[in-house]
Amino acid sequence: MPELALQTKTICKTYGTVPVLFDVDFDLKKGEIHALIGENGAGKSTLVKILAGYHEQTSGELLRKGQPVRYHNTGAAEADGIVMIHQEFNLANDLDVEENIFLGKELLKRGLLDKAAMRQRSTDILDKLGTKIKPRTKVKDLSVSDKQMVEIAKALAFNSEVLIMDEPTAVLTTSEIDVLFRIIRALKDHGVSIIYISHKLDEVKELADRVTVLRDGYRIATEQVSDLSEDDMARLMVGRELSTLFPPKPDRSQAKPAVLDVQNVSCPKYVENASFTLYEGEILGFAGLIGAGRTELMECVVGLRRRSSGDICYRNQPLWGHSYADAIKNNVVYLSEDRKGKGLFTALPLAPNVTVLSLQDHVTKFGFLDSKKEEATLDRTVQEFEVRLPSSKAMLGMLSGGNQQKIALGKMMQVEPDIVILDEPTRGIDVGTKQQVYRFVRELVKQGKSCILISSELSEIIGLSDRVIVMRSGRIVGELLGDEINEEEIMLYATGIKGGVGDEPSDHRQASQA
Amino acid sequence: MNHPTTDRQARLKQLGTRFSWQDIGPFAAVVALMILGTTINPTFLSMANLTNVFTRSAFTGIIAIGATFIIGTGSIDLSVGSMAAFNSGMMIIFMNYLVKTWGATWATILAAMGLAMVLGIVGGFVNGFVITKGRIESFIVTLGTMGIFRSLVTYLADGGTLSLNLSIRVLYRPVYYGTLWGIPIPLIVFGLVAVVGAILLNKTRFGRYVLAIGSNYDVAHYSAINVNRIRVLTYVLQGLCVAIATIIYVPRLGSASSTTGLGWELEAIAAVIIGGTAMKGGSARIWGTVAGAIIFSIIGNILNLSNVISQYLNGAVQGLIIIGAVLLQRTGKE
Repeated sequence: MPELALQTKTICKTYGTVPVLFDVDFDLKKGEIHALIGENGAGKSTLVKILAGYHEQTSGELLRKGQPVRYHNTGAAEADGIVMIHQEFNLANDLDVEENIFLGKELLKRGLLDKAAMRQRSTDILDKLGTKIKPRTKVKDLSVSDKQMVEIAKALAFNSEVLIMDEPTAVLTTSEIDVLFRIIRALKDHGVSIIYISHKLDEVKELADRVTVLRDGYRIATEQVSDLSEDDMARLMVGRELSTLFPPKPDRSQAKPAVLDVQNVSCPKYVENASFTLYEGEILGFAGLIGAGRTELMECVVGLRRRSSGDICYRNQPLWGHSYADAIKNNVVYLSEDRKGKGLFTALPLAPNVTVLSLQDHVTKFGFLDSKKEEATLDRTVQEFEVRLPSSKAMLGMLSGGNQQKIALGKMMQVEPDIVILDEPTRGIDVGTKQQVYRFVRELVKQGKSCILISSELSEIIGLSDRVIVMRSGRIVGELLGDEINEEEIMLYATGIKGGVGDEPSDHRQASQA
Repeated sequence: MNHPTTDRQARLKQLGTRFSWQDIGPFAAVVALMILGTTINPTFLSMANLTNVFTRSAFTGIIAIGATFIIGTGSIDLSVGSMAAFNSGMMIIFMNYLVKTWGATWATILAAMGLAMVLGIVGGFVNGFVITKGRIESFIVTLGTMGIFRSLVTYLADGGTLSLNLSIRVLYRPVYYGTLWGIPIPLIVFGLVAVVGAILLNKTRFGRYVLAIGSNYDVAHYSAINVNRIRVLTYVLQGLCVAIATIIYVPRLGSASSTTGLGWELEAIAAVIIGGTAMKGGSARIWGTVAGAIIFSIIGNILNLSNVISQYLNGAVQGLIIIGAVLLQRTGKE
């Protein structure tokens, strides 16, 4: 049996009072590519963050080469040869490649920077990786894939033995992915162990030796990749019956009037000539890869982003100019995907968060704010959405992600919207809350309101949408109905194999994503 | 929260955290300083001295109330002192001109007051407009206008001092030196501005939006708040406060020069910060600001009345108080 580079024994992790990992056993052999798969929120990131020293486990044991270890910070893990490469890069944009590679670990000669040695070593590493990146280039001038290379170079500069990659291909083009895979295989041949997190099962199949599946914080399986088909992996990941998670879809036979008609909306760099129609009482899913322009399109629709062209009609009335306030007056609301950055005021109490869109309804007859009315609205929201509060005067930031999201939904509902646009409404929340959100959305459309759902979780798009539009590279490339709404069909459009407007030649890789 | 025990527990917990330094600290400091002042020199507590102390806090206090809104949005205005000097100069020039036709009448004075208001509103609007439309840091823009106003007043005074016509000065004098029901007029104005400010901040949509913007600019934008309009309004409000301060300042000395209002911007900002308003915005306290302005005035007064520390060290003591107050606020938070 080959040496184990890393091993966890019954690792548990709890954030505050929310348990996210339960007794996870995981092991990584020397020179192995081990894929870690699971739905969003399954605990993949938490597990690898414990391995890389970002978090400490609540209980359980971490073994490095058979010896128990505990990393209190990333520095300790790095010193022990474990490095994590983030999906969001940890690079200083204004410094050059060489400075980034040695950041925090600069080579010194008599107390001063030894630039010659650092230049030499970074050139060597970049050569080894087979890239054409120059050590003196500023990181901000690099393409996304080159930044990824710099991250890898940074890890290799210090002879890392364990490399953790969190969805490294999410932002890469097909040819860049080929290069990355070649490098990963070369690293493996040099005895480096790699933990590879991905949503793309075809990549896992192509690249990994073994795969571990996590679901809702439990380890479901660890198998040889050769023993599993992509379908097997998907089944292991999802596990539960989708029908119980999602409320049943209604019959679509009856024709409904259009409530929102979007024609030829463009927004330079993000959206190109997008047209679609939303019908009354439907949930219209928007699928696509990250960066396909779905968020930007919706921001154009509600006036949060300036569109360069296009017409929008709400119930056959040409609509609003360029501000979100206008959209809200017309009963269209948008729930941002970025809950903490754009959705809610984390440093303010709950009431101002819930009432901010509808302050004009929370005033006395003299026009002054009425805190009693605000409290009443908050109480109603808390009851309706079953929000759990640490205290009635809590700041919003003290709530858990799921409860924050309920407040965000409650805030939105204060304007009594006719159309709700939900952008990643279940990002980072637990399964129970997800189910509540799904039921809530279905209830809304049953009442004759209409909903647009943007989600990167295919199971969510498939389970909830009555109709699905797929976007790719800023364009709408496909529309799916009924039985067409399945993973394979969506991914064929999302990756450009179907839909005919792909700007890259379709490749050998079969598109499929969970 | 329909569970009675947890509700009560939550309230009790709340009660424990309610008496934080941020909330009562500035007022406790005022009381402590008054006790200190009395022990050092009993004349401190005399009506005449106290009136003097509070009245002197009125100028920077009124300006600081405007600054509370700007800092509440997470911005800053460095131009207020220079703007006050410029406004003073313009008022004096205007009155000296009008007195030739209208004579030394209240009409002349009222017209000059109107001019001050217009100048304040326009000056504030320009600051806010350039900051929001030009997308420039408020620090940079108001640093620029600070220099512009300062040099304009120096130019108007030709490097010297602008003096108000004597007959007007006699008529205008009571606005600073007069009393109403025994209370100095500047104090009454200060109180009124504070009350209006407190209502605006705590009881109107404008005030809520100010705190929302200060709490998170992007969230405010995504909550359909017209961020630019609110920010411009805070600068207009600041300009108005400067104008009001100018109106009660001009009759005090009846002159304006390049040193008028020097350092007021820093005193105003310091009063706001000591009062418990967060420099990064999102939380603001008008009555804290009022206490902050009074604290500064008391410190200066105590140093005058005592021989322990030279009054030339006034600035050093103020500096220590500012840093100490912010340190205490931070430990209070953690």
